[in-house]
Amino acid sequence: MSADNLKAMFFVECEELLESLGEGLQTMEDGEADSETLHAIFRAVHSIKGTAGAFGFDTLVTFTHHYETVLDLIRSDQLEADGDILRLLLRSSDILADLVELARSEDSGRPEAMDSVLESLIEISKHHGDDPGEDEAQSADVDLTFEPVAFSPLSLDDGPPAGALRYRIRFEPGTSFFRNGHDLGQILAELEKAGPVTVTADSATLPLLSDFDPGECHLAWDIEIETEATEAELLDAFMFLEEFCKVSELGPVAGGLPDLGGGLPDLDPLPEAAPAAELPAEPAAPEPEAPSPPRKTDPGRAAPEPAAAEPQKRADPAGATGGATPKQPMLRVDPERVDRLINTVGELIINQAVISQRIVEAGFDSNSDLMGDLDDFQHLAREIQEGVMAIRAQPVKPLFQRMQRIVRETVDALGKDVTLVTEGENTEVDKTLVERLADPLTHMIRNAVDHGIERREIRAQAGKPEKGTIRLAAAHRSGHVQIEISDDGAGVNRPRVFEKAVEKGLIPADAKLSDGEIDNLLFMPGFSTAAEVTNLSGRGVGMDVVKTAISALGGRVAISSMPGKGTTFTISMPLTLAVMDGMVVHICGETMVVPLASIVETIRPRPDDIKPIGRDGRLLFIRGTYVPIASLSRMLGLLRQGGDSDGGVFVLVRSESDDLVALAVDDISDQRQVVIKSLEGNYGAIPGISAATILGDGRVALIIDTEAILSQVRRAGAEAAQHKEMFHEQASALG
Amino acid sequence: MNRPAHWDESGSVEFVSFVAGGQSFCIEITQIREIRRWTPVTALPHADSAVLGVINLRGAVIPIVDLAQQLGLGTSEATVRHVVIVVAIGTQTVGLLVDSVSEILAVAVDTICDAPPMSKGVDSDCIIGLVSVEDEMSRVLALDAVLPRALEDVA
Repeated sequence: MSADNLKAMFFVECEELLESLGEGLQTMEDGEADSETLHAIFRAVHSIKGTAGAFGFDTLVTFTHHYETVLDLIRSDQLEADGDILRLLLRSSDILADLVELARSEDSGRPEAMDSVLESLIEISKHHGDDPGEDEAQSADVDLTFEPVAFSPLSLDDGPPAGALRYRIRFEPGTSFFRNGHDLGQILAELEKAGPVTVTADSATLPLLSDFDPGECHLAWDIEIETEATEAELLDAFMFLEEFCKVSELGPVAGGLPDLGGGLPDLDPLPEAAPAAELPAEPAAPEPEAPSPPRKTDPGRAAPEPAAAEPQKRADPAGATGGATPKQPMLRVDPERVDRLINTVGELIINQAVISQRIVEAGFDSNSDLMGDLDDFQHLAREIQEGVMAIRAQPVKPLFQRMQRIVRETVDALGKDVTLVTEGENTEVDKTLVERLADPLTHMIRNAVDHGIERREIRAQAGKPEKGTIRLAAAHRSGHVQIEISDDGAGVNRPRVFEKAVEKGLIPADAKLSDGEIDNLLFMPGFSTAAEVTNLSGRGVGMDVVKTAISALGGRVAISSMPGKGTTFTISMPLTLAVMDGMVVHICGETMVVPLASIVETIRPRPDDIKPIGRDGRLLFIRGTYVPIASLSRMLGLLRQGGDSDGGVFVLVRSESDDLVALAVDDISDQRQVVIKSLEGNYGAIPGISAATILGDGRVALIIDTEAILSQVRRAGAEAAQHKEMFHEQASALG
Repeated sequence: MNRPAHWDESGSVEFVSFVAGGQSFCIEITQIREIRRWTPVTALPHADSAVLGVINLRGAVIPIVDLAQQLGLGTSEATVRHVVIVVAIGTQTVGLLVDSVSEILAVAVDTICDAPPMSKGVDSDCIIGLVSVEDEMSRVLALDAVLPRALEDVA
């Protein structure tokens, strides 16, 4: 495996570790942290540090080192994780994420706030770390560049080491030791930094010369060292080889404390070790696998947990999992392979449709066995397709965690007090959607903090809690995923929005708009409501960018607002970008697909129910309301031979903003699952068409963008109104 | 005229020659993905008139452009005898409707004539060279100059 591959793996790991770090900090913030949470946090930072050192990411190592030191103080109950400390930890995790990002892009820069945060971290560790080894280790990290081995001053929970101890390390690296490129000399040199070392080679397993393979290692070593360093620090010298080591403590060199409390569980008590591990209750040499009795004597401390966690880390030298709780092994797959599979499955679905059509055309009886088999095939194809889609599905959790961070940053910058409450974090969505939602969501969250939540004083005056709340919730709703961002702020300032829209020439000054229509003005291009332009939001690219981004993903965004109560944005997205359910319709000899999700019903009305209005408008009378009719053939320019061919069947569709429109089509043939094929790659965007698909006969059919058609209808109405006004003005000017 | 950078003055280039709107043209063979029979297209709304529609090419949706019309040589009434040349332009894959495909030509680069400055009515940007084939002349098409105009208008 090349270094690049290893690096790529490191970054994948980092992502996972940062995620568990964020998760842990969140739990702490919620006040539900137990010692296991603290260890998970510590382990995440520690693992990043370890591997970052191996790759020579110095800044990352230095930062994680100090971060880890503070975390360790909290873990060992020497430091209370109160509000300020917690905020510092959160900020540090943000900076850590930035650092990882910088390392990934091979940028040697530093995140802006890093220095001040680093200073605070060092400050805290100085104040609380009364460990004599502490300062030494800190100064050590200044001269050391890429050897992380000496940076672990407090990986153990036994508090400050009581003077120098003698350790014996039995190192049996196994036959592949040399072949894997390890060097005992380096390890020993590293150990010698900690104290004087005596090494004895054990050649007992050396084979006869006839069987000897010079490429293999048949030796084992017994290393005795006198040091103040802790066991974990010693093991750091054996980076990636920890599992081959057995460390035993031989007791103090000169008069240290004999009772070392919670002895290490993986001690290999050699007879000489007995005095150290011995407790009055157990005078005989303890059994190798009996670590618990000594620990039971010490129930008040958090030591048992960390002690249990340590060996696990050792068994996992690269620290890949980062979580001690048994995690289900995850499969890491190159996304490209999954994409290829998805494409192939798309082809399979099309192919299945082709075969079905051929068989029906061949005139088989619908009760025949073949048709039954065909149904099975269809069922299986759909199942495979769903299975493949599930591979790409990812929980929105990492996305939501990023939003936590956005809120923190925005809150810091604006001096407001806001909590972000997330719900439905485990809702799974297509990976691409998760990635592409990040920007729009960031924008909306910032908006919510900046414009939604009022300043503290104002909130207090309005009788609301001073701390504002933003709720971010995800849920599945009938084949869609719905994401809601709601704040308990002031709501949309409608008079102000209206005024601004008039000012910007977006609407005429005497326009009569409903509340909902005013709210929707926020989505108009070039609209920015912030009275003062802040550096966070209000750069003039407002919500219209959000709306465009979400529409590009096949989603819709809607707003609802209650003055004084808050604003809710609802994003509704398809679960996947690859397949959807559609209704196959015919218009002027062309076959098209209407997304099933937007269809309310299909109707074949009586001629009297169609009422003409204006020059060429028509309304459909249905159950007491009038719905505008959109002539698809005319709007899509399909009327080549002239004549209005529509009027056969109407498909009633509803938009996100709850408007109804009746699409006039010639005929409806089928309802089926279609594979979405982009037109933009080879052609470009077409107004009124969202994408294409391939039907059973191998022909391409276009998918109608119902939302675009609706806004076209709305615009046509507005233009007609303007036209009328102009006519009146002209008439009055003449008259 | 600007020749493509990869034409080596001392080497040779392979072209596929074809007839569109009654004239002979050729395209460098490396730009061609495949040549297929004409199949009915699905018309696109609001499209340029030279863009006949889209077809399904093994799962990809590609537009079909009437090359003759695009070059201002009149419209082709597509029949099963017509041929679609599938070409790659950058990341786009596009089908060109032509009358017929003639042959593959290997032409020494130094025998390719530059297209002379032409009288009006001829879009000289689209033609980067002239190749003599026996008594006939074939025009070397600059695909990137011919196509984007038809495809970008809509976007």
